[in-house]
Amino acid sequence: MSGRHLFTAPARKAAIAPFLWMLLFFLLPFGFVLKISLSQTVIAQPPYLPVFDPAQGMAALKAAFAALSLENFRLLASDHLYVMSYLRSVAVALISTAILLAVGYPVAYGMSRLPARWQPIAMILVIVPFWTSFLIRVYAWINILQHDGILNKTLLALHVVSAPIVWLSTDTAMYIGIVYSYLPFMILPLYATLAKIDPALLEASADLGGSRLTTFWLVTFPLSLPGVGAGALLCFIPIVGEFVIPDLLAGSNSPMIGQTVWLEFFTNRDWPVASALAVVLLVLLLAPLLVYERMQRRQLEGRR
Amino acid sequence: MDAMLHRETTRGGMSDDARQASDTAAAAGIPLLQLDALVKCFGRFTAVDRLVLDIKAGEFFALLGPSGCGKTTLLRMLAGFETPDAGRILLDGQDIAGVPPHQRPVNMMFQNYALFPHLSVQDNIAFGLKRAGLPRAEIEARVADMVALLKLEDMETRKPDQLSGGQRQRVALARALARRPRLLLLDEPLAALDKKLRENTQAELMRLQRQLGMTFIVVTHDQEEAMMMADRIGVMNAGHLVQVATPRQLYETPNSRWVAEFVGGVNIIDGRVESRDAGRVTIATPDAGRVTAAAPLQALTTDQVCVAIRPEKVRLSAHGSAPDGGDAAEINRLTGVVVGISYLGGQTRYQVRLDSGALLRASVANTARLDLDAFDTTQRVVAWFDPGDCVVLDR
Repeated sequence: MSGRHLFTAPARKAAIAPFLWMLLFFLLPFGFVLKISLSQTVIAQPPYLPVFDPAQGMAALKAAFAALSLENFRLLASDHLYVMSYLRSVAVALISTAILLAVGYPVAYGMSRLPARWQPIAMILVIVPFWTSFLIRVYAWINILQHDGILNKTLLALHVVSAPIVWLSTDTAMYIGIVYSYLPFMILPLYATLAKIDPALLEASADLGGSRLTTFWLVTFPLSLPGVGAGALLCFIPIVGEFVIPDLLAGSNSPMIGQTVWLEFFTNRDWPVASALAVVLLVLLLAPLLVYERMQRRQLEGRR
Repeated sequence: MDAMLHRETTRGGMSDDARQASDTAAAAGIPLLQLDALVKCFGRFTAVDRLVLDIKAGEFFALLGPSGCGKTTLLRMLAGFETPDAGRILLDGQDIAGVPPHQRPVNMMFQNYALFPHLSVQDNIAFGLKRAGLPRAEIEARVADMVALLKLEDMETRKPDQLSGGQRQRVALARALARRPRLLLLDEPLAALDKKLRENTQAELMRLQRQLGMTFIVVTHDQEEAMMMADRIGVMNAGHLVQVATPRQLYETPNSRWVAEFVGGVNIIDGRVESRDAGRVTIATPDAGRVTAAAPLQALTTDQVCVAIRPEKVRLSAHGSAPDGGDAAEINRLTGVVVGISYLGGQTRYQVRLDSGALLRASVANTARLDLDAFDTTQRVVAWFDPGDCVVLDR
């Protein structure tokens, strides 16, 4: 009996750690945000009402609870500016993820086909951009894409264009920035699944009459789908909430949801609406995560 | 249905040209497969060295050898996964050395089966049939045939990881057989199975091969497996085929010391030829004195030879006597002390320390339940063996 306790107690403690982390650094702050999203904005410090103050007694707390309302969420649903902002975010994230897949898949596939000793080097090359600050890399794109930047100079020198093209403050610039920044997050999970595929399966397909193309579509691609799912989620979710890249590279006419939250929070100093926006975003992003989780579980169950 | 399957298997799945070619080839007595001075190198390492081999249609052939001997490379060249550096691979008289794997009328059963994990059993079996562009009804019929043939009923919709090892092995076999190949290659087909299952599966493979009349080439490092299943065995070492023979020939008349030691247990006694006459050679050995042996089938290159005697051909007796008879005078007699006994059920293995100090192994069949004939350790015995059971080989 004592032996069992000896072994399970530390294990149990270790299992608690991630939950504790979630509680402290996610659920608790999210509780604050949720509470603020149910408050009203006021010009005060803090800029919202009601404020829960246990020092003022039970009655005051009850009154504060009664003062919470869903007013901000009603506002979000009624104002098409917010709805458009969400739609644009999801659209940008979908398009970006599609481009990332189209660019990342061949790269990951190529990496998985390299001789074994070259694969770690290719992996490092993919990760190397992380050694420079993300913000600096996005600023570098401003430099490249600006009116007299490297891109326009090169295009002019090669006589591809006769006049400089406007890149900055366009959706093209934003997509370039997003695809560039998120590519490693697409490549790495794809590479991980592609590298795991048993080469004997490809030989088996060839042996059974599959040409290289059929083998790819009927064996390699289906077996890489978990990587496609992981990579797509890893890119899609943060891109929906992306703020820096659209703010620096895209035009200002249709903001993404991250920009709208920033605007409400800092420019309008409307914390409750900003919080409501964030809560809705979180709920929206839970949907693809749950779908993915269910897919994973089904796959695990199928394996048993 | 079996008869139908048999007929279709030997003929179906080929173009008319190929069929005609194979018929003419068979009529002319040309082997199904001819390997002509085949060479494959990896860098400086020669995996297969000028290998020559003929395999007849309908044969169950085993490639046997230690790991790294080149047998798997040879099999992979037959399947098309490796391109030979030199030489020809003639199938029905046509060189297929340059034909890519997906265009060869050859199928392979992979060592770890290589079943497609995302496809069900029936889709795995149908994979090759769909690639061949067969009509749907035909595919369904053939899958059903294969399912029945390999007893995979009620598993058609399962995925490979929902199957046991033995079931997976049968699916792999069904998938490879479904295309009715001219030649089926099996890479260590039983290595992943436990011993009991392996024995049943060996019998099953032999039954299938006979029933379908197909040509099987199996690669194995397990000599018992090769001897049990194959019509002929090719023993490979260091990229060469050192002997190609029936299991019995291989065991009873090995052509070299290496083969004698690789296939089965053997006592090897080094010595020098002293005299030869009338089908007998006398060999002077430091370990066993003067040994009389049957004259070797092949010419010896030097006087420095060795005598190979299988342990079961060494007989032991407690007394100095050996059976009388015409050849009694020729029988080799050695004396020693039993130092090791391993009882294995059907037989008992003895180690005898000869008076010269050398060890001699003898195995005695346990033909009676009560151990009237058993010997004890430290017991003095006479070990004797017939000259006809000795194989004289170059050292």
